[in-house]
Amino acid sequence: MSGPDVRSAVAPLLEVRGLVAELDTPAGIARAVDGLDFNLHAGETLALLGESGCGKSMTAGALMRLLPDVGYIAGGSVRLAGRELTTLTEAQMRASRGGDMAMIFQEPGTSLNPVLTVLQQIGEVLRTHRGLRGNAARARAQVLLEAVGIPDAARRLDEYPFQFSGGMKQRVMIAMALAGEPRLLIADEPTTALDVTIQAQVLDLLVQLQRERGMAVLLITHDLGVVARMAHQVGVMYAGHLIEQAPRAAFFGRPAHPYSQLLFEALPDASRHGRGELATIPGSVPPLTTVFAGCRFADRCPKAWSRCSEEAPRWHDAGDAHRVRCHLYDRAELVRLHNPSVREASAEASASATSGAPLLAVRDLKVHFPIRRGVLQRVVGQVRAVDGVSLDIRAGRTLALVGESGCGKTTVGKAILRLIEPTSGSVNLDGQDVGALSKDALRSLRARMQMVFQDPYGSLNPRMRVGDIIGEGMSALRRSGKGGEDGEGEAAVRRLMAQVGLRADMADRYPHEFSGGQRQRIAIARALAVQPGLIVCDEPTSALDVSVQAQILNLLGQLQRDLGLAYLFITHNISVVEHLAHDVAVMYLGRIVESGPVGDVLGSPQHPYTQALLSAVPRIDDAQRVAQKLAGDLPSPADPPSGCHFHPRCPIAQPRCRGEAPKLEPVPGGRVVACWLVPR
Amino acid sequence: MDFKPVLLWSDILLWAMVAGCVALAFYCRRQDYLRRAWRRVGESGVAMASATVLAAFVSIGLLDSLHYQPRLPAQEGKTGVQYAPEVLSALDALVADLRLNKEKTYSAPLATHAFARETMERDGVQTRDYPRLQFGGAHLDDLTQHGSDLASRAVSGGGYGLLLWAVVVGIAIGLMALSRGALYGATCRTVWRPGTAPGRTVAWRAVFVTLAVLALIGGVTAGWAGGYHVFGTDKVGQDVLYLSLKSVRTALLIGTLTTLVTLPLAIALGLIAGFRGGWWDDAIQYVYTVLNSIPGVLLIAAMVLMMQVVIDTHPEWFETAAERADARLLALCFILGLTSWTGLCRLMRAETMKLRELDYVQAARAFGVSDARIMARHILPNLMHIVLIALVMDFSGLVLSEAVLSYIGIGVDTSMNSFGTMINAARLELSREPVVWWSLAAAFVLMLALVLAANLFADAVRDAFDPRFQWRARRTLKRAAA
Repeated sequence: MSGPDVRSAVAPLLEVRGLVAELDTPAGIARAVDGLDFNLHAGETLALLGESGCGKSMTAGALMRLLPDVGYIAGGSVRLAGRELTTLTEAQMRASRGGDMAMIFQEPGTSLNPVLTVLQQIGEVLRTHRGLRGNAARARAQVLLEAVGIPDAARRLDEYPFQFSGGMKQRVMIAMALAGEPRLLIADEPTTALDVTIQAQVLDLLVQLQRERGMAVLLITHDLGVVARMAHQVGVMYAGHLIEQAPRAAFFGRPAHPYSQLLFEALPDASRHGRGELATIPGSVPPLTTVFAGCRFADRCPKAWSRCSEEAPRWHDAGDAHRVRCHLYDRAELVRLHNPSVREASAEASASATSGAPLLAVRDLKVHFPIRRGVLQRVVGQVRAVDGVSLDIRAGRTLALVGESGCGKTTVGKAILRLIEPTSGSVNLDGQDVGALSKDALRSLRARMQMVFQDPYGSLNPRMRVGDIIGEGMSALRRSGKGGEDGEGEAAVRRLMAQVGLRADMADRYPHEFSGGQRQRIAIARALAVQPGLIVCDEPTSALDVSVQAQILNLLGQLQRDLGLAYLFITHNISVVEHLAHDVAVMYLGRIVESGPVGDVLGSPQHPYTQALLSAVPRIDDAQRVAQKLAGDLPSPADPPSGCHFHPRCPIAQPRCRGEAPKLEPVPGGRVVACWLVPR
Repeated sequence: MDFKPVLLWSDILLWAMVAGCVALAFYCRRQDYLRRAWRRVGESGVAMASATVLAAFVSIGLLDSLHYQPRLPAQEGKTGVQYAPEVLSALDALVADLRLNKEKTYSAPLATHAFARETMERDGVQTRDYPRLQFGGAHLDDLTQHGSDLASRAVSGGGYGLLLWAVVVGIAIGLMALSRGALYGATCRTVWRPGTAPGRTVAWRAVFVTLAVLALIGGVTAGWAGGYHVFGTDKVGQDVLYLSLKSVRTALLIGTLTTLVTLPLAIALGLIAGFRGGWWDDAIQYVYTVLNSIPGVLLIAAMVLMMQVVIDTHPEWFETAAERADARLLALCFILGLTSWTGLCRLMRAETMKLRELDYVQAARAFGVSDARIMARHILPNLMHIVLIALVMDFSGLVLSEAVLSYIGIGVDTSMNSFGTMINAARLELSREPVVWWSLAAAFVLMLALVLAANLFADAVRDAFDPRFQWRARRTLKRAAA
């Protein structure tokens, strides 16, 4: 095995050699981390990249010795600044955790204790690792909060976590992690739960803190965009193995391992829009209980040959301190490397812009939730979740509804389906006013529109078999007098399962036996069962890995071409919008601020919010681009700002914006924008 | 026929529940998630050991639920068959010796003499002394042999018990080897050392060890019971061991039949309150809040006394004393059920409120599925684990509350044996000098065994149904790694 690159003469801060972590699961022993080797120097960021279930978080757990009950370190060594960690006693390890190394977690909402003030939580770390108490601790905590960019830190020290927004909570978490002056910071998906504009703020903060303190950062993420922005070194993990390691430029310039290459190809973006399908990686990550003989990726690898399944690949050099665990880079196999693989996109663009009456027409839709207080439950205010939204979708087209969390996107989707009763406004489907229908009439109209939910783990009843789940819609509508005859049901379920790429014999299984992507296919089949014209897709891929996301997006595109479906695609992921949508509407705090054809809106955004949103998205192509910063958080819809809702965060706001709300007006370029400052 | 079978209402319900449990077991076998959860219960040694103890109690209770009236000897001048007015059970027939060998009054466990002095005539002289018992140790001519007789009976009884155990376990392992297609010796090894098996296995070792302990205790007790009163006798000379065995059925009935009343109420009202919300929720919440704020014992006492009056004023409803006692037991179950559904209902309501916001319920609503159907198909199956846990957990609480109620005199009929009536009877005896402790001790030991087993089993069930359930890494692995 060739040693990792030694670019500096200084000894690395963190040396990991042959680290093995195992889990004792009912299915057998799972090797979640298998023979991991890497070095991390002070002031450097190593990004561990990989899909879920490949052992990234277990690596972090093993480094901190914070493994779940079923887990244990089975071998290898971890040296932090020359000190072996795996043989420390638990008491010694406690001094090391938080002191030498600290960790920030994915979910800021659950990693802070809700009943302690911020000062108490930071103070605990200061007391344990720095011996600070009383006023000294308070002063230090204030310095830390200021360092992570929390305004008015002196006052906010005494507040509780619920008084902070998600992004602010993550800043508090970072302040806590910094309190022990760690030399190594482990960040486990630190921004996955945050919106893009907040994510940009937090990532900038991490970079700045690292520069100031010379910390080493181990960044664990599945997001190539975040990696491109943050990492100095990139390590790709697959099934517990590190399969590729390289400096960032080398990795993004020329990913070496076939798995890395496929990850890049699976990313949706504008350049592939309309050109057809995304590359997908067939199959899924093999269970870690498997005893691997050859390359772990061999089953899914388009370039695999017999050697791959017989012999586990060793590290090979791919130039520029770039090493990869793949037989292709063995000098003896050079011939294969230079044979280009056969892979081409076949499908062609269709999705003709059928003109005519829109399938769905939403006019001035409002959903307000009353805020009740006191003994008598008097209404003291309204949460204006959706405040006057108008949309048109024609058959066979996709409208993407984009915005940050809390802006009311999902509420729009549910109000259209009348899963939430709209407060006012009209929803017309096929010329029928959905809002005015009686309960029975609504039931038959439900066959025309369906929904696919965000979380494939929460949207399927764990106690029902897949066949029953898919058939439920059909049987519900049959009872109300529509739909086919009995006995047809089973055949229909089989047909639907084939349509979404599932085997028919899976109908008797339960949802927990399926992976996230397969579950989302089941959810799509369930929606398709009643032959709808419109499907509201509520972030259907945000819980999925990139390679699986590509499969689902391809499936949705395929179904649209075959069945002429219209989609209302609710998402916060701009790259998915670029790939899939025909039109896009950008939503901010219950209102649409800009909408139009996808190329125009994303290519030259007019509204300042759209501009900020787009520039906050981390991109793999131009990582060094300076993002347009958006300060602050989304205001509360219970108390929206006057006038234009965006004016408190808007970099170019004028006095007029404060007083009057702009209307959506057409601007040149075939779109509508709600902003006083855009020339008409 | 020598006897006439009698079906009391509680028998019918109890056997119906046994049938229900069998049906539930078949249902669980088919439902994948239930099967896996129960398998985890099976893999826990504590759970299997306590289940074995519970099974022993249940078999006593079931034996005691096969009732009959024996035929009276034919009397002169009467044609036709006459049956005795007293209702006996299969258990009574099995332990007829215990039931029939009565003393005059108190005697200590394993004693040969009565507990109190008596005036008697010996060789023409009136003396006050402890008389010999009519049954306990009556076979002994030489009282110096008392100790050695006890020892030899214990050894032979224990020996028979262990022999029986060895035969049963041998056959069980043989069956296991057959069904697994493994060698007999290999099966023995995996049963005895589960660590050597490839995966986690059902904790048969715990079952067999518990069975051995039970066989030993049972054997020794049976050995002694042939010649002595193992737990002594009570005030009217009844064998306390017999009373304790008879109390087991009462405890089991109270613990299980009550849930037949609580479950439908708690599930239906909890589901409706949680799913419908609004007006429905308010009404149901008010009902159970009011019910909860009245002291439970007070409410139960009032209802029991009312029920007693009804039963006493209608003697014509019951043919035998057993039927009357049975009716009173059922009424007590009903009353306990009416006052104890609120906890589970509250739990159901909260859980339903959580589930109704889940995406799969939303998806079902998007299909226009009716509310009743959503509750039945999407919500109830996802609540079943809570129901199961509540059922097992409530059992021990109900057994204890029966004891308390009988102690304060508003429990089961006085003619019915129960732990509560035993404790109540022992209350006054505790003030005697020397103290009469054995009735209380017997009730205490048996009730402790029953409730402890039920609680340990409930713990294991709750753990196994916990979705966040995780095994700890097996210790052998950790050591190997280190």
